[in-house]
Amino acid sequence: MNLHKQDSTLQLETDVLVIGGGPAGTWAALTAAAKGSKVVLADKGYCGSSGATAPSGTGVWYVEPEVKQRQEAKLSRYFMGGRLAENDWMDRVLDQTYENMNRLAGWGYSFPIDPEGNVFRQGLQGPEYMRLMRKLVKRAGVKILDHSPALELLADEHGVGGAAGVSTQGGDPWRVTAGAVVIATGGCAFLSKALGCNVLTGDGYLMAAEAGAEMSGMEFSNAYAISPTFSSVTKTAYYRYASFYYEDGSVVEGAGSTKGRSVIAKKLLENRQVYARLDQAPADLQPLLRVGQTNFFLPFDRMGINPFTDMFPVTLRLEGTVRGTGGIHIVDDTCATKVPGLYAAGDAATRELICGGFTGGGSHNAAWAMSSGSFAGEGAAAYAKSLGQHAARREVHGLSSAPIVSSRTYGSTLQKPPIAAEEYIRAVQEEVMPYDRNLFRSDEGLRDSLYRLDRVWKSIRHEPIHLDYQAVKRREAAAMTVTARWMYRSAQARTETRGMHKRIDYPDVDETQRYRLITSGLDDISVRAQRVSEEAVSL
Amino acid sequence: MIELISDARCVACNLCVSVCPTNVFDKVVDDVPVIARQNDCQTCFMCELYCPADAMYVAPHPDRLSNRSEAELEQAELLGGYREQVGWGPGRTPISSHEFMAQLARRFVP
Ligand SMILES: Cc1cc2nc3c(=O)[nH]c(=O)nc-3n(C[C@H](O)[C@H](O)[C@H](O)COP(=O)(O)OP(=O)(O)OC[C@H]3O[C@@H](n4cnc5c(N)ncnc54)[C@H](O)[C@@H]3O)c2cc1C
Repeated sequence: MNLHKQDSTLQLETDVLVIGGGPAGTWAALTAAAKGSKVVLADKGYCGSSGATAPSGTGVWYVEPEVKQRQEAKLSRYFMGGRLAENDWMDRVLDQTYENMNRLAGWGYSFPIDPEGNVFRQGLQGPEYMRLMRKLVKRAGVKILDHSPALELLADEHGVGGAAGVSTQGGDPWRVTAGAVVIATGGCAFLSKALGCNVLTGDGYLMAAEAGAEMSGMEFSNAYAISPTFSSVTKTAYYRYASFYYEDGSVVEGAGSTKGRSVIAKKLLENRQVYARLDQAPADLQPLLRVGQTNFFLPFDRMGINPFTDMFPVTLRLEGTVRGTGGIHIVDDTCATKVPGLYAAGDAATRELICGGFTGGGSHNAAWAMSSGSFAGEGAAAYAKSLGQHAARREVHGLSSAPIVSSRTYGSTLQKPPIAAEEYIRAVQEEVMPYDRNLFRSDEGLRDSLYRLDRVWKSIRHEPIHLDYQAVKRREAAAMTVTARWMYRSAQARTETRGMHKRIDYPDVDETQRYRLITSGLDDISVRAQRVSEEAVSL
Repeated sequence: MIELISDARCVACNLCVSVCPTNVFDKVVDDVPVIARQNDCQTCFMCELYCPADAMYVAPHPDRLSNRSEAELEQAELLGGYREQVGWGPGRTPISSHEFMAQLARRFVP
C-alpha cells in the first residue's frame, strides 16, 4: 500500500526523470534534453550546491588523446584497483571526459591559462562548476525540483516509470511519471559530515534494489578521509606534504596520506592522537596551494592555525562509497540496470569498471560522474522514445519496501513509530564507522555486525512511513541499513585483501578471486561472482 | 556548523534558504531567515558563499559552535571572507582562472 496518485500535490509527466543533481545528474539531464527528451530533475537539496562535488571541487581524469599518455593513465590505478577495471570502459570514459571538459570550456567555465597560452583542464572548482551546470540545465529547458528528495520509484509490469517524493520546503508530496529514470543520487557516507556528504545516504541504492536492480563491488566501500578533528573538510590531496606526529612532536613511523592511512587508524584505535603538519610543502608552493583549494584552509584560518608550521590533530572520517567504488550494477554501455527503464550514473553506480576496487586521490570519480551521466542520459532518452505513446498510459505504483502512507488519506490515525529514525541511524553508524570493523575487516567482526544490522533491517522494513518530513529520515535510515548489509555481505564473501577492501584474516590477494561481487536482495541478500573481461590492459 | 545570520547585514533575500543542501534555514515573513535546524548543518560553507550580503558565519567544527561574537568575527574579517577568496561577488573574478592555478597545475599532479 504505497502512495497513490491523488495524494500528490505536484504531478508531472515527462520522458526522463533524473534523481539527483550533482555532476552525474546534471550531465544526464543535459544529455537527455539534447536528445530531445522532456526532462525533470529532482534533488534532495539544491541542484548546484548539493552533493560531494559542489563544496569541494575535484581533480579530473582529463588526458590528451595520445596513445602513450592514455596508456599511462589507464595503468596508473589498474594494479591498485586489484585488476578489476576494464580496458574498453576506461577508453570510453577517457574519451567522454575529454569531450565534456572541452565542452565546459566552450560553455563558459574558465580554466587556468599560463602566460604561454597553455590551458589546464585537470581540475574543476566545485562551486563554480556546479553553479554553471545548474545554469546549463535550466537553459536546456529541464524542470528542476529542489529540496525534493525521491522516496520511492514507481513501476508497472514493464519496468520503472517514475518516482514519488516529498518537498522538504512546504511538505507537499510530488509524483513524476516518466518513460525512464536515471538514478544519480551519489554514494553513501553514513551521515559522517564529510564535506558535502550528508545528503548522500544510499537512497538511490535502496530505491533501485526495490525495483529489482543489483549492486556491485559493495565491499569497496570503506573509504576514510583525513581531516582535522575540528573540521568537516575531508580534502586529502595536500596531506602528501604532511608529516605525522605524536603530541610530543616525535614522528609516527609509517604514517602517510596514501599508503600510511592504516597506521594513522591503528594509532587512533589505540587512543593515541595523531597530529599532522604540512611541513614538506616548499615555501614557494604554499601560496599556490592556498589558491588551489581555498576551502582546505578555511578551517585553519578560522582556528588561527598555520598548517604549514603548526601541528594540528587529525582524524579519519568515513566517506563510505563516496570515495569507494561500489554501487548499482550496470549491465551495458548505456549504464542501464537490469530493470527496464532504470539507469544509474555517478557514485550511485559502480565505478569498478574504470578503477576496480580503489579510487585513490580522486580524478576517476569526477570523470566517471560526468561520463556515466552522459551515457545514462542518452540511454534513458532513447528508451523513453522507444516507448512512444504507450508511456503516457502506464499505471505505475510505488515500490517502497516499507509502506509509505499519505497523511492526507490517513490523517493522524497513523501512530508515531516506536523507534525514531535517529536511533536506527546511530545503530548503523556504530557498525560502519569504527576502524576496527570497517577499515580492518574480519570474518568475526563482519558476522557480529551483520547479525545486528539484519535485526535493524527487520524492524525498519515493515514500519509504515508517514509522509511528512520524517519520511525522508526514515528512508535514509533504511537505505543506510541495507547499504551496510550489502557492504558486509560482500566483504564476508571476499576472503582476500584487494583494492581498498582489507581483511585482517586474509591479508593477501588471492588471484583466484579476481572477479566482481554482485549482491542482490533486500531481506535475503545473495552474493555471486562475475567474471572480469579478460582483455587486460597491455603493458 | 552554521553559527550566525547577522541581522544587521542580512537583506532577507532568502538565498541561503534555497541553496542549503540540508535545509537548515526557514524563511520568515517580513524578516530575516532563521537557523531552524542547526543540527542538520553539514558544515559545507555553501550558504556563506552564496550570501550576497556577507551576513553569515559557519564555524569550522561540524558539531560545535565557536561562540564568537559578531563584532569579533567582523574584526577578524571573517564575514564574507570565503566569498572574497573564491572570487564571487560583483567586481571580482572567480578564482578558477587565477594565474596561480596554472602554476600549480604544472607542479602538482593530482
Ligand atoms: C571531499 C571530497 C573530495 C573529492 N575530491 C575528488 C577529486 O579530487 N577527484 C575526483 O574524481 N573525485 C573526488 N571526489 C568524489 C566526487 O566528488 C564524487 O565522485 C562526485 O561528486 C560524484 O558525483 P555524483 O553526481 O554521482 O554525486 P554527488 O555530487 O554526490 O551528487 C548527488 C546528488 O544527489 C542528491 N540526492 C541524494 N539522495 C537523493 C534523493 N533521495 N532524491 C533526490 N536527490 C538525491 C544529492 O542532494 C546530491 O545533489 C571527492 C569527494 C569528496 C567528498
